[in-house]
Amino acid sequence: MNPAHGMKPTDIQNPDYFHKVVDCQWACPAHTPVPEYIRMIAAGRYSDAYMVNWHSNVFPGVLGRTCDRPCEPACRRGRVEELLAAPQPVAICRLKRVAADNKDDVHARMPRPAAQKNGKRVALIGAGPASLTVARDLLPLGYTVVLYDSDASAGGMMRTQIPKFRLPESVLDEEVNYILDLQPELRLGQKVDSLKAVLAEGYDAVFVGCGAPRGRELEIPGRKEAAANIHIGIDWLSSVSFGHTTRIGKRVIVLGGGNTAMDCCRTSRRLGGDEVNVVVRSGFEEMKASPWEKEDAMQEGIPIHNFLVPKQFLHDKGKLTGVLFEKVKAEMVNGRRNLVPSGEPDVTMPCDDVLVAVGQENAFPWIERDIGLEFDKWDMPKVGTTTMQSTNPRVFFGGDAAFGPKNIIWAVAHGHDAAISIDLHCQGKSVNDRPPPMVNLMSQKMGIHEWSYDNDISNDLRYKVPHAPIEKTLKDVKLEVELGFDVKQAFLEAQRCLNCDVQTVFDTPKCIECDACVDICPMDCITFTANDEEDVLRTHLTAPALHATQDIYVSAALKTRRIMAKDEDLCLHCGLCAERCPTGAWDMQKFLLEAPKTGYACHK
Amino acid sequence: MTYITKPKLRHPGIPVNKLGFTHRDYEGTVSTLCAGCGHDSISFAIIQACFELNIEPHRVAKLSGIGCSSKTPDYMLGQSHGFNSVHGRMPSVLTGANLANKDLLYMGISGDGDSASIGLGQFVHCVRRGVNMVYITENNGVYGLTKGQFSATADKGSKSKAGGSNMDSPLDLVSMALLIGATFVGRSFSGDKAQLVPLIMAAMSHKGPAFIDVVSPCVAFNNHAGSTKAYDFVREHNEAVNRLDFMVDREPITVDYAPGTSEEVELHDGSKLRLAKLHADYDPHDRIKAMTYLQSHAAAGELVTGLIYMDPAASDMHANLNTVDKPLNRMMEAELCPGSAGLKSFNDAHR
Repeated sequence: MNPAHGMKPTDIQNPDYFHKVVDCQWACPAHTPVPEYIRMIAAGRYSDAYMVNWHSNVFPGVLGRTCDRPCEPACRRGRVEELLAAPQPVAICRLKRVAADNKDDVHARMPRPAAQKNGKRVALIGAGPASLTVARDLLPLGYTVVLYDSDASAGGMMRTQIPKFRLPESVLDEEVNYILDLQPELRLGQKVDSLKAVLAEGYDAVFVGCGAPRGRELEIPGRKEAAANIHIGIDWLSSVSFGHTTRIGKRVIVLGGGNTAMDCCRTSRRLGGDEVNVVVRSGFEEMKASPWEKEDAMQEGIPIHNFLVPKQFLHDKGKLTGVLFEKVKAEMVNGRRNLVPSGEPDVTMPCDDVLVAVGQENAFPWIERDIGLEFDKWDMPKVGTTTMQSTNPRVFFGGDAAFGPKNIIWAVAHGHDAAISIDLHCQGKSVNDRPPPMVNLMSQKMGIHEWSYDNDISNDLRYKVPHAPIEKTLKDVKLEVELGFDVKQAFLEAQRCLNCDVQTVFDTPKCIECDACVDICPMDCITFTANDEEDVLRTHLTAPALHATQDIYVSAALKTRRIMAKDEDLCLHCGLCAERCPTGAWDMQKFLLEAPKTGYACHK
Repeated sequence: MTYITKPKLRHPGIPVNKLGFTHRDYEGTVSTLCAGCGHDSISFAIIQACFELNIEPHRVAKLSGIGCSSKTPDYMLGQSHGFNSVHGRMPSVLTGANLANKDLLYMGISGDGDSASIGLGQFVHCVRRGVNMVYITENNGVYGLTKGQFSATADKGSKSKAGGSNMDSPLDLVSMALLIGATFVGRSFSGDKAQLVPLIMAAMSHKGPAFIDVVSPCVAFNNHAGSTKAYDFVREHNEAVNRLDFMVDREPITVDYAPGTSEEVELHDGSKLRLAKLHADYDPHDRIKAMTYLQSHAAAGELVTGLIYMDPAASDMHANLNTVDKPLNRMMEAELCPGSAGLKSFNDAHR
């Protein structure tokens, strides 16, 4: 071992280091400080928890029901319970809903419309989550924001595509209204059919947040002939949402394996579909739908059939009678997974209606190609990944319109980034000059062995969100299925959170190398050893390093010339290392990071 | 002390021994000693040794007297037998237990107060009787529970936390153990588990009185400049005479030593000990030379650690007393009581 070749001491001044340890926050596109609001929920501070969320992700009530939850697969709890049959992350998403459900009236905590306008005008095209986020971030700063949408009310896909049994209208209205209260100019019910014309109105910036509005077609024989009973999923959901469609045939086939397909099949069950089947090309595991959405669909008696590729719509003189499928299997070809015919006989499924939910596409027929806005070979606008700026410096993109279909939380994150860029652009500054996050690191020590967070680790397994009785939910397309955690369940679930934002901070000169932390650590995270290159060091830790993406926290050389190496991967943040440390070399310090956004003025 | 219990969750990748236990299964309750106490490190070294040796916890009896050190059996081997005896009286309780049931592994946990002051006589006679046990003193040179007065093992001239100097001569338990017939003698440091764990493993596999003196800094009352039992002082003055590798069905983990500098020693239970000599002139099989070596190095201010002495052919109290193979506590009245006829004929034989 040559110390000169070993690992360098970890730079904990770099905000990314401790941010990465907070796996949920790091994984959240909007970087919501998850453990911070979960602690508030446990303490019954629902309004505070709601506001922490609202600042970061703008739609806590909506997201608490519909989020794609990138935080949950990242959650450390799902790794430390690895010995159990089914280790489960903390139910972060559903705890967020608890904050929204139980908060007091928060109107007084919301920002007010700017007292003075700054003279800058920004047009937002599409009134979905991305645009609404931009509006919220810019309005308190004095911008005049003009919101366009072809629908008569704001909300975008949150209103048109998400069934009301998953997201009640009142929840959406409340959160959309917090933004409309900031008084943007509304041009709802107006379809924008020329970006050139919008730019000609002299806006200082234009934000395109129109989503990915076109459902992908399925051009197979019989499509035209049987068109009357073949519907494009997102259009059909939107028609149900507006009350134009209230019935569907008794036997329904839903084609596709994404979340839209899950919404289509569950909505069908409520509109008269007694026999609803989902048919997917891929295998069950490879389906794009979130696991919990698949589970909810199956619980409502909807079978999911895999490895079937639609071949033909069968019809009797234009009246749809069924769908013919080819059976396929997955095969590895040149290291890639391909679906190849299995050779088994084709399958016919009779049906009265088909819903096609095989993907969504962007469509920009209304953007002229001579306004300095370049498109790539996939006919998508060229957009900066953090600036959200197009090649026309006045035009910014966000949400599904920017990089193709994603989800609400990504749209919000794009909105924050775009608002920063628009603000910089309107001040004549470079959009590449990004503001840093706001970071705070504070000791949680309250007494000799007392911390300002609850460090006793709960052994409870993940709690299930109770559902309304299925006899009722299947009869009413607007009745919300999930009831949400009650306050007691919420407390118990919140206690499962490991408080990963309360960091173990090591102060090298104070360490006397007594081994107390190594001995007490329940997860064997800590090692005192000779320094070495990271890949070598990882092999001689007290317990094996299981995940290479998780950092090793390394100290400078100690008195014995060894170093302290801590594998962050499975740390429970229980603080026992700091409790057993005689010199305070270990301390538990809360790391609070607020991702950059404009309008810090709106924080209350 | 710590108020919460140690979380039950554990690292999914830690090793499992032959019995299906992880080292976590050998733990006890959370320590109530001061944070950073050397004694806690020794407890975890014992836990590690038992885990490595695949010892069934119910085969161990841990006994102690009074003092900080004597509290520690509660913090390890939660599934083993335990006896917390009167101050300084652990050795006689241990001797009695051993006489009754020779099948258990006896571990006496004591401190410098419990063994070198109030219990000195007990310690001496237990060792000279050859009781098969591992006797560990957690030696910090002060009476921690009564706020840091010098104990009998404090070095002459060492300073107390309050600033006073110790004017009494120290008692060296290692030298005494050698003198009175311990057949396995070691000294180690709580801050060096790489040395301590194999030493405990070897002692547990030794049949006969095994004694290990572990210097264990008292963070509250004896970890300051001027103390000879402080972390820094011990690290600076530690003279390890050898390094041990204990081999249980596996290859030793440490690096190869230069030829001729290591030897293999077979222990009673067939396991092997590899001894790497760090001091070429040191022979751990020569009791007389070992005593001389200790004295001369102590005079030079050095703390000799490692395996000081071992007699591989040692025997124990039961062999000396020629007891039967079957533990006495498993015999019923019929076997233990000769009956009045038997007694009469025995008495008659002595008339």
